Amino acid sequence: MSSRYVYLDYNATTPLRAEVRDLMVEALDIYGNASSMHELGRAARAEIEAARKNVAALIGAKNPSNLYFTSGGSESNNTVFNTMFFHGRAQKRRKIITTSIEHPCVLNAAAHLGEEGFPVVFLNVDDRGRVDMDQYRRELGLDVLLVSVMAANNEIGTIEDIREIARLAKEIGAFVHTDATQAVGKIPVSVDDWGVDYCTLSCHKIYGPKGIGALYVRSKAPIEPLIRGGHQEDGVRAGTYNNLGIIGFGEAARLAAAELGEYAAHTSRLRNLLRDLIVERIPSARINGDPDNLLPNTLNVSFPGAEGESILLSLDLEGIEVSTGSACASGSLDPSHVLIAIGLGPELAHGSIRFSLGKYTTEEDIRYVGEKLPPIIARLRKMSTVPFEQIAVAGHHRGV
Amino acid sequence: MDAFQWLYSDIVKEHFTNPRNVFDPDKDGDFKADAEGMVGNIKCGDQMMFMLKIKRDTIEDVRWKTYGCASAIASTSMLSETIKGMNIRDAYHIKPADIANKLGGLPENKIHCSVLGDKALRAAIDVYLEREGRAGEFKGEDVQIICKCLNISDKDIEEAVKQGARDWHSLQEATKIGTVCGSCKTKAEELLHEFVHIYS
Repeated sequence: MSSRYVYLDYNATTPLRAEVRDLMVEALDIYGNASSMHELGRAARAEIEAARKNVAALIGAKNPSNLYFTSGGSESNNTVFNTMFFHGRAQKRRKIITTSIEHPCVLNAAAHLGEEGFPVVFLNVDDRGRVDMDQYRRELGLDVLLVSVMAANNEIGTIEDIREIARLAKEIGAFVHTDATQAVGKIPVSVDDWGVDYCTLSCHKIYGPKGIGALYVRSKAPIEPLIRGGHQEDGVRAGTYNNLGIIGFGEAARLAAAELGEYAAHTSRLRNLLRDLIVERIPSARINGDPDNLLPNTLNVSFPGAEGESILLSLDLEGIEVSTGSACASGSLDPSHVLIAIGLGPELAHGSIRFSLGKYTTEEDIRYVGEKLPPIIARLRKMSTVPFEQIAVAGHHRGV
Repeated sequence: MDAFQWLYSDIVKEHFTNPRNVFDPDKDGDFKADAEGMVGNIKCGDQMMFMLKIKRDTIEDVRWKTYGCASAIASTSMLSETIKGMNIRDAYHIKPADIANKLGGLPENKIHCSVLGDKALRAAIDVYLEREGRAGEFKGEDVQIICKCLNISDKDIEEAVKQGARDWHSLQEATKIGTVCGSCKTKAEELLHEFVHIYS
């Protein structure tokens, strides 16, 4: 077994931070139903509303009541698409514009609307993962109901120009949604500055608990519940309040907002060090994403001639935890849709690794990876059927 | 991390970290193979090559190369150990399931990654037989190659259906058939239909 344990999969999820954990342990005893009128209920309700303020502040939402707690990012995204289904089915204006690199919950929710007869466009992205704005402008028209573009991509870390995307959508009167799951806590998020109508948040990406998220809905934007029942969350999201999750989310959001600048500086410094070590020590390593618009903590690299799952498991044996765009790790036969969308050939996409850094990453961790990774790549390349130099050239479909 | 079970068995892990008979360009530069066979496509995520030394129909030595996942590497390593000293006819009829069993099993969704090794082995033996003027000697016995790119036979399709494949997608999951040029699809679908009719 390895001597060290290095977690570099913070985009997948983050550990629960101590401050949040402590508060949640205390909150375990807040058993009152926040919908009850008695004292215990009111106490729980007060905690929930305090949490809502903190979450609202994290995304620059002036009115906390525009935020609805959900079970997480997937539910928030599905709530938006479900709303568009009810809102758009009886009118001509029902075209949906999204991108080819969204999280599967957006891709599948959009595809489902497509099956129900809504015209759906999945915009192309360039070789850095930025939305093709020319195609976007061409697709915009008075028939567009919703534009949904992620604020930052989970796999390659590319940040989209949500402000400009929203501005153009607003010119023709479309609603705008952004999935900011990967952006919050890493870059400034402001729903007013961006001008979006809906914004999806998840708590477990910012050192809070799993199973809790939120959806921001601008006043007057339509909203249709995905889960019907009681009057919780103004009837937008029924179900007994998840006291524990919401209280944890509030604290995680408060800390994320307070530490944003520090967090970005810490992770980007170490991310850049990792990038430099890899480029210096591993020939033909290819950095994916947009260096000018990149999440501070994310580094996606293709290693021609070495298969992703083999890299991942070799690193795992050294105590280093990452993720891959290789099909083999997911059990499907197709490599990452994001890497294919940015123009990587499958032979490069299969050999891609995502390193996502976080709060607890140290320089020693990064130097350890810098030591362990090169021999792993060299070993796999040595047994490869095709010389890596050949793949490195062939794999650049559009090149950077 | 001892408390957590690895995705694969200890045997798989051992073969993945110390693969047997893998071609080492530094040491095996003078390895003179009597026959070589390559299947798969790097675009599909894995490719496998077998190099065999054969004397009087016995596999004397073997080397292999792969671009593939841990499952593919470990399976091929185990296969290469198994066939050393084996008669080529017996080697030709080894089933991926036999190798998976020797490895202590593979996760369900990784079975398709392990089938390339024996396909590459068969391809190499076919090359040898052809060179000896005995082309198709073993194929006639019990198999018909349907997918030429990946050397997948009617028996493989039959086996996949026996294991639960019921449609084109699940057949591909199990065998990778038709993932390279795709020209075998019509014939393969006929067989699939036939075997599903028999076995379900």
